[in-house]
Amino acid sequence: MRIEESVVEPLLAVVDANLYAARYQMAISLGFHIILASFGVAYPFFTFLAHYRGYRKRDVVGLRLAKRWSKAMAVLFAVGAVSGTILSFEMGMLWPGLMGPYGDVIGLPFALEGIFFFIEAIFIGIYLYGWNRLSARVHLFTLVPIALSGLAGSFFILTVNSWMNGPEGFTIAPDGSITDINPWAAMFNSGALVAWLHMLLAAYMMAGFLLASTYAVRWLRGNRSSVTRLGFLIPFTVAAIAAPLQVMVGDIAARALMERQPAKFAAMELLPDTRTRAPLTVGGIYVDGEVVGAIEIPLLGSLLATRDVNGEVPGLDVVPDGDVPPVNVVHIAFQVMVGIGTFLVILAGWFGWSWFRRRGPPESKLFWIGASSAGVLALIALEAGWTVTEVGRQPWIVWQIVRTSDAVSASTGIVASAIAISALYIVLGIVTIVVLRIIARRMDAGDDVHTPYGPSGTST
Amino acid sequence: MTLANAVLAVIWFGVIAYAVFGGADFGAGIWDLLAGNPDKGERPRALLERSIGPVWEANHVWLIFVLVYLWTAFPEAFVSIMTTLYIPMMLAGIGIVLRGSSFAFRKWAAQLRYRRMFGIGFAAASLMTPFFLGTVAGGVASGRVPIGNAAGDAWTSWINPTSMLGGTLAVVVAAYVAAVLTARDAARSDEPDLASYFRTRALVSGVVAGMVAFAGIFVIRSDAPVLFSGLTDTYGGAVVLLSGVAGATSLVAIYLRKRQLSRIAAVVATVAILWGWAIGQYPWLLPDVLTIEQGAATDAVLVALLVAFVGAALLAVPSLIWLYTLTDSGALDTARPIRSDTSDALLQDLVAAGNETNLDD
Ligand code: HDD
Ligand code: HEM
Ligand code: HEM
Repeated sequence: MRIEESVVEPLLAVVDANLYAARYQMAISLGFHIILASFGVAYPFFTFLAHYRGYRKRDVVGLRLAKRWSKAMAVLFAVGAVSGTILSFEMGMLWPGLMGPYGDVIGLPFALEGIFFFIEAIFIGIYLYGWNRLSARVHLFTLVPIALSGLAGSFFILTVNSWMNGPEGFTIAPDGSITDINPWAAMFNSGALVAWLHMLLAAYMMAGFLLASTYAVRWLRGNRSSVTRLGFLIPFTVAAIAAPLQVMVGDIAARALMERQPAKFAAMELLPDTRTRAPLTVGGIYVDGEVVGAIEIPLLGSLLATRDVNGEVPGLDVVPDGDVPPVNVVHIAFQVMVGIGTFLVILAGWFGWSWFRRRGPPESKLFWIGASSAGVLALIALEAGWTVTEVGRQPWIVWQIVRTSDAVSASTGIVASAIAISALYIVLGIVTIVVLRIIARRMDAGDDVHTPYGPSGTST
Repeated sequence: MTLANAVLAVIWFGVIAYAVFGGADFGAGIWDLLAGNPDKGERPRALLERSIGPVWEANHVWLIFVLVYLWTAFPEAFVSIMTTLYIPMMLAGIGIVLRGSSFAFRKWAAQLRYRRMFGIGFAAASLMTPFFLGTVAGGVASGRVPIGNAAGDAWTSWINPTSMLGGTLAVVVAAYVAAVLTARDAARSDEPDLASYFRTRALVSGVVAGMVAFAGIFVIRSDAPVLFSGLTDTYGGAVVLLSGVAGATSLVAIYLRKRQLSRIAAVVATVAILWGWAIGQYPWLLPDVLTIEQGAATDAVLVALLVAFVGAALLAVPSLIWLYTLTDSGALDTARPIRSDTSDALLQDLVAAGNETNLDD
């Protein structure tokens, strides 16, 4: 009872349309951008593998795939870049109470990230337009800086997010002013490395499974060409290697969370009271301070969290009244992520086993059906993971320092812009998918050359 | 020079780079918009697309650079600007999304009507984005942004004489720079008729830009007094004069078909306008309410930003130079003859040599 009331009260106190509109707009914008950004991180690597194979082994299939993927990459990068730009606007437009007092504390990683945005954008231009312009060798290696700057760029942005989850690198003086700012310490905060690794693996998994799943669908439809085969194998293998690592890193993240953000942890695990010998709660919802409809696996909660069945695990009772995050959203999202993660590890294991036994992917239709769904599932896991992180941090925008309701903008028109952004992204998402399908179809038909208003016969 | 001034100089360097390079990309979109029906507009559009295709994403990063440096070095000014000028910023942001994505999609639209739809999205957004960014500049320059969370007026902060001047000037200058640069690209790729097509447009838009800038002096005098007295009390006025001289020089150079000179003079004219603004507004970040020193972050942060800038100069600038050299020499121009040792050539050789037989589809 106590806890449920405390969830409602502060929300009623800040019934402020701007807060909801701004959170919603931020969620839409970030949820959209992260998909494209993950492609931006991982896709150049897959393209590099295909292109490298084509170049070294004089393999038509590899080159064909690289060319095909580079066309899709052009579209994904463009949409990724513009959706990221809007985010930098929104940081200031929606969250002045974050960016005003703390913009300087967390600005450094953004500034460093800019360097890698430049490198990415520069070399993507050169690679895309270099197919029939640069020497084959130079052209191939322009992919390397693109792939590397994806790694670096994602690191810097993740340091910001993990700073929001565990702020460091400054002191708050008794009069409330922020002193002793050390932007380097803020950037290299203690959560950054794990968050980055987890995100990186997620990006490789999502982009890899998604790309592979388009070829798995072809395979199911009876297309067993060498293009389909290699097109499946390259991204799937990378994603399959990432999958078990991801579960390991996720476990580290979860245990770190127990120390750093017990409120989020308790919500994730749906544990009302702090206790030893805690069960693992699967499913279930939280109503009036009670867990309803869950399957409880005895002792597993403590075992996973502390490596000891007698270990003590924090529950929602450690959270002060009014500071409890939306428990159900966080719990469900976490379960979805972990469930999908487990499924993907099994799928990857099946693939690995078959490869070990007979140097080839499994024949079973069931495997291919699983592989066809793996991409969308990985995408859902990624969005679910972000929901855990961001919703689980509520009501704080900066954990235990700044409340989201204190950070929000007072501008008029946020509701309108939230609606406009949603409409824009729905259309943009649909059109992006349609265009990617057109690219696939046209490349299948061998018609890769087309400049819109161009003189006939020239190519891009 | 104080640390805050040094970082502001870095930011201003970014603003100028965005105005010149990003501005030229917007201008290309504006000429695309004005290129007429699909038949008539086909060749100019193709040329514009080839000119900006490889570079627009890199040019766009300058904007992000500016935003990020601004919020880190001058956070209070940043949030005051963003929350007061929320509406034009949002519209510019939507314009950026529409523009980039339409540009990428248009290549793949097979049917003319879809191509036109994306073309219009791209071109209209190319007009809208610099206009709204220009109104933001005008709102700041005329002192309409007070400190605080949405403290200024949501409408008059950007619907006012200086903002309209800023928006209009951004659009016409972008169009002018783009026309000058594209005229040269056309000459290089042996399309003399297009070279003269853009030459005419460069002359016209150059004259219009000059007139708007001249009228702007009077707008600023009545509407942005802090900026105006800054210009008249310092050597800012001289810089504005330099802009005028450079603009006139570039017009004459265009007329005489001295393409290299016209390019340089057009860029100098653009840079000088922005430089003049900076001098005129110094030492105010937000005129009459916040000075550069008052608004600056602590030294540790400013130093970190300068370190990051050195990193950028070492890593990104050489790559950027390579990109511009490639495009400038036409090496990435898709209308030029194909070399024999490229990836495409390799693919074709392999297919011709029969390596394709392993494709059983
Ligand atoms: C393909 C996607 C994917 C998969 C399969 C998993 N995750 Fe995840 N997870 C993410 C994608 C993701 C993410 C979207 O990338 C997040 C959001 C923030 C972050 O850094 O990573 C995330 C966040 C995240 C957090 C919150 C961290 C925080 O708030 O600081 C935890 C505790 C876990 N994950 C744990 C796991 C565990 C135990 C998994 C085991 C199956 C798992 N994740 C699989
Ligand atoms: C890219 C992947 C990300 C996704 C999908 C994501 C998702 C979300 C979601 C769903 C919310 C709304 C939560 C709520 O209000 O209940 C949110 C809020 C927010 N996120 Fe993230 N987030 C991501 C990364 C980041 C990063 C890297 C930053 C900072 C640099 C960030 C900054 C914010 C801010 C400022 C808010 C608004 C305040 C809040 O509601 O907490 N996010 N995000
Ligand atoms: C975990 C979350 C994020 C990751 C991994 C990520 C990663 C990336 C990557 C790899 C790119 C370049 C690839 C592409 O253009 O498609 C990109 C673009 C961009 N991102 Fe994100 N991003 C994240 C969240 C954010 C947030 C919260 C912001 C702003 C506050 C942001 C701002 C930008 C900007 C401005 C660009 C455009 C850069 C350009 O023009 O090339 N990103 N992001």
